[in-house]
Amino acid sequence: MNRGYCQIGLHNIFQSMKRKKKNQEITIEDISNTAPDLVSGDDNIVIDMKHIIKRYFIGQPNELEVLHGVDMQVRRGEFVAIVGQSGSGKSTLMNVIGALDRPTEGEYTLDGVDMFNAKDKDLSAIRCKKIGFVFQTYNLVARTSALKNVELPMLYAGLSGRTRSRKAKELLEMVDMAERMHHQPDELSGGQKQRVAIARAMANDPAIILADEPTGALDSHTGRLIMDIFHRLHEEQGKTIILITHSPELASECSRILTLKDGLFIDEKKGSGRNAVL
Amino acid sequence: MLFFENLLMAFSSLLTNKMRSLLTMLGIIIGIGSVIAIVTVGNALTNSITSEMSDMGANNVVIGVQQREAEDEVDESGKRYGGRINARDMTDNDLIKKEYIEELLAAFPEEIKGISIESVLGTAKVEKGRNYANVRIIGVTPGYFMANNTKMQSGNELSDKAYMEGKSVCLVSDHFVNNMYDGDSSKAIGRDIEIEMSGGRKYFVFTIVGVYKYESQGFDMTATKDVTTPVYIPIKNAIKKNHAKGFPSITIITAKGVDSDDFAFRVKNFMNRYYHNNRQFTISTFSLAQMVESMTTMLGTVSTAISIVAAISLVVGGIGVMNIMLVSISERTREIGTRKALGATNGSIRTQFIMEAIVLCLVGGILGILLGLAGGAAGAKALGYEASPTASSIIAALIFSMVVGVFFGYYPANKAAKMNPIDALRYE
Repeated sequence: MNRGYCQIGLHNIFQSMKRKKKNQEITIEDISNTAPDLVSGDDNIVIDMKHIIKRYFIGQPNELEVLHGVDMQVRRGEFVAIVGQSGSGKSTLMNVIGALDRPTEGEYTLDGVDMFNAKDKDLSAIRCKKIGFVFQTYNLVARTSALKNVELPMLYAGLSGRTRSRKAKELLEMVDMAERMHHQPDELSGGQKQRVAIARAMANDPAIILADEPTGALDSHTGRLIMDIFHRLHEEQGKTIILITHSPELASECSRILTLKDGLFIDEKKGSGRNAVL
Repeated sequence: MLFFENLLMAFSSLLTNKMRSLLTMLGIIIGIGSVIAIVTVGNALTNSITSEMSDMGANNVVIGVQQREAEDEVDESGKRYGGRINARDMTDNDLIKKEYIEELLAAFPEEIKGISIESVLGTAKVEKGRNYANVRIIGVTPGYFMANNTKMQSGNELSDKAYMEGKSVCLVSDHFVNNMYDGDSSKAIGRDIEIEMSGGRKYFVFTIVGVYKYESQGFDMTATKDVTTPVYIPIKNAIKKNHAKGFPSITIITAKGVDSDDFAFRVKNFMNRYYHNNRQFTISTFSLAQMVESMTTMLGTVSTAISIVAAISLVVGGIGVMNIMLVSISERTREIGTRKALGATNGSIRTQFIMEAIVLCLVGGILGILLGLAGGAAGAKALGYEASPTASSIIAALIFSMVVGVFFGYYPANKAAKMNPIDALRYE
């Protein structure tokens, strides 16, 4: 009897702890100040997804489940490739990873922040500070110079004009675009645009870089240059990079390859690394 | 935080589509421009009328003999007929007599500062060699100059003694001096002028004692040289010559602090006791203050009416702004998606587009103000008045155009803010 009482007591404590965690609002300060190990158990795990399900409700009878319970863990400093045929759920998974969309069910912790219960405003802050997007179509803001494009995420993070400008110049130098920083997107080639986009993705020193087919619109030579930049970021700066691609060659350069099919990971293998291809 | 950046972004997107921005702003420009122009012209008109009136003396109360309004007559069946007026000319009996005036002065010693009476002797053409001048000879009281704000140019005013004794002295206008003495007043003063009245029946001689500054009354169509200017003589002298038994109207200059409207009413009541038994004529009074007020009110009503029309055009302009903002937002859907992916909150997207609408309207408003000021100045000049734009109308225009920007920018901006980033990024 005594033991039973204890169990109930413990149970209650756990319940209230859970509740408290759920009710907690995540602010920008929390995200930037809280040491990840205080929230998450393992300091080295950046992305922790458990049984992620994503359903779209296109009217009740047409319910469409795209992700059927995806488990994924990405460690700090990994260069992970996600491959899959079109329609396999790659884009949906990317949207969930990139905090552009919420999973319908499951647990998702990004750099120690519970994403499932985050509000819209929190998601904005997470995208701003924790995620660097690189898109297939570059998505640079038109009529805005390369420099201003790189400054954008820092603008939304609330950095001062001078800091923004200094950091943006450094980042553009890093991708070899310093000479073109005052050019507008329509004055740049595809490869140059993608380099600016990578510099922009790096702006707030994010926990992960999420690259969605970054070489998809480029010729093989330029694509190679872009991949080299990712490798450099990975090797020299220890960046965590998630590359979404349908090219097995590019995927094989990464440290780990996850294959998605019909909304589930069907295969996981080690990549051969960059040198294998070179 | 983002204020300055938003402002820069707004201006740059405005400049990207110059033609489109200009066309969009046109509604605002026309709306604001017409309001400012109307207010400027209306204000010029009001100012000029007010100053003209107060030159004439806003404190003056004019008392005049007036034909009675016919009273309706009722026949046996109770039917009303418009009353008949036994129209007849004013006779000596109907005029305001000297005794009435004396009693009036005695009744209101505090309120009356001066009294202006004129008695016209007639018009004449004064000739000397090849020079000539058209004159109207008017006998006046000392109050006349006060009531009409007439300024002396040289020489003396008519002296108290001249008034008391009704001497044959006169004041002539600078215009008269120009015509007759080549503008040299010293040649004129002390000179006798011989005046043969039109019709040739009478012949008078007056000694010039002073020259006053003639101010033309409104539009004068006659050639400058032929303008008829008054020659002022003491009223007693005029009465000696024209044997006037009374005056059709007199003007009272009220003392400072007297409510001229109220005073006009009291004077009317006082004077009407002399006209109780007069079937045809009665006394009417009016103060210039009343007239100025009614003129200003009328102008104000007209301005308000036109301003309402202009406000409607502003609303139409605002709808144009909203329309173009919606177009701009759908064009820039991917940009919105990108910004959201980079960490823009709904609020910052909303602010960005509202700012853009405000800048669009504000630039339109400023252009409209400039256009309105130019148009108002041109309009006022064409009417012969001095343009006087009001700061309040300019500030109101600026605020109003900003309000239009916020009001019509909110819906599109909110639409942009609420876009789903995934859909926005995928938008083709």
